Amino acid sequence: MKYDKDSYKQVVDEFTPKNKMLKNCFYAFIFGGAICLLGEIFKNIFISGLGAAEEDAGPMASVALVGLSALLTGLGWYDKLGKFGGAGTVVPITGFANSVVSPALEFKREGYILGTASNIFKLAGPVLVFGYLAAFIAGLLKLITG
Amino acid sequence: MKKIGKQTFSIKDNVFIRDTYTIVGKKEGQGPLGNKFHMIVEDDLWGEDSWEKSELKFQQTAVEKLMEVNQLKKNQIDLMISGDLLNQITSSSFAARALQLPYIGVYGACSTMALTMGLGSLLIDGGFAENIICVTSSHFCSAERQYRLPLEMGGQRHMSSQWTVTGSAAVWLSKNGSGPRVKNVTFGKITDLGVKDANNMGAAMAPAAYDTLSQHIKDTGIDYDLIVTGDLGTVGKGIVNKMFKEDNNSIEKKYDDCGTIIFDIEKQDVHSGGSGCGCSATVFGAFLYRKLLDGDIKKLLFTSTGALHSPTATLQGESIPGIAHSVGIEI
Repeated sequence: MKYDKDSYKQVVDEFTPKNKMLKNCFYAFIFGGAICLLGEIFKNIFISGLGAAEEDAGPMASVALVGLSALLTGLGWYDKLGKFGGAGTVVPITGFANSVVSPALEFKREGYILGTASNIFKLAGPVLVFGYLAAFIAGLLKLITG
Repeated sequence: MKKIGKQTFSIKDNVFIRDTYTIVGKKEGQGPLGNKFHMIVEDDLWGEDSWEKSELKFQQTAVEKLMEVNQLKKNQIDLMISGDLLNQITSSSFAARALQLPYIGVYGACSTMALTMGLGSLLIDGGFAENIICVTSSHFCSAERQYRLPLEMGGQRHMSSQWTVTGSAAVWLSKNGSGPRVKNVTFGKITDLGVKDANNMGAAMAPAAYDTLSQHIKDTGIDYDLIVTGDLGTVGKGIVNKMFKEDNNSIEKKYDDCGTIIFDIEKQDVHSGGSGCGCSATVFGAFLYRKLLDGDIKKLLFTSTGALHSPTATLQGESIPGIAHSVGIEI
């Protein structure tokens, strides 16, 4: 073979299409922003419509977004949103819900225990592990600094 | 000795490709070859309760239909050689369980169609068999879940990524009859130039395709009318063209890739093109074979390409080994 790994890498770079960064950023901004806006709308409805206290309305809005995302994943629509939204649909809490529900659905055929339950955190696992770790470190720092 | 040159086996006796049968999914049916496939299945699950079961039904039905159309009885088939992409090649062995034919299962990732046809031809030429059925399959959904992410996970696919073809093709090789004949077979070497990106399989496989193609051409000295690779997509196809051009032996005018033939790259949103065992298999069975029968081409070099990729090995930092097998066919 006339190429080695280094020279071939240049050939690969020449032929591999680049991702459309600017377009992706724009869509991520619009979709991510729309999801946050929806959260704000939920929050306002919970406060003015249902009379929830301000500190309760935030978590309630998060729960509503998670529920909505799970529903859209189940209907097979969230992946279509994700195709356009990219990071805009992955980063918000709805993306987290999607990453839990999608493996849960996928592995249902292997049974509820060894399929769904074993694999439900396949994608979300790292988020949970490092989330807990960050919370632990933050708690430790608070304990030390008072 | 039936070996010629460095790496090619020359078939001395007659090995005819008697017939093919192809079944594809809905998306493939909507592609440019839509009216050429023997059967199009609209539902991903095809009435089964999992994608894996659906895939084996593709494979099993392709063989059953091929036998039915040609009025072949089970006792006339000496061997079935098959392979697919799933762990333990389950689609193949489970289809073989139902078909009750003597069975050899092989794994060559997406290079499987040429691999099975090559092996089958050698066995017939060696006088060990008269009739062999070669079959492969792949399914977008079963492949995605094994190699990538859950289907309902919302995210973006890389521009160099490819779309696994849902489909299966069965090919009947026979010592007797007439039609296109397998003349030369070259089994490739594993070629790995360090590509680690599982979203760029075309680039991982292109050096293997170049290596096998150039070796086959050197060994046989045949001037082919059409040279076709399995599933390099637009990225890999471009690289292969570049490599041959650098040898001052451009094949661009007579070279194509099944991954770019099966889908309309622009309209069908498949990024770099089609892939999977079913890609080269169904394009051969539905399109290339017919081109030979119709006399559009007389000499075809059919080369399936495989990325012997393992998600575990990739996570451990390994690069993706590529392989390509060539089958030279003439009428």
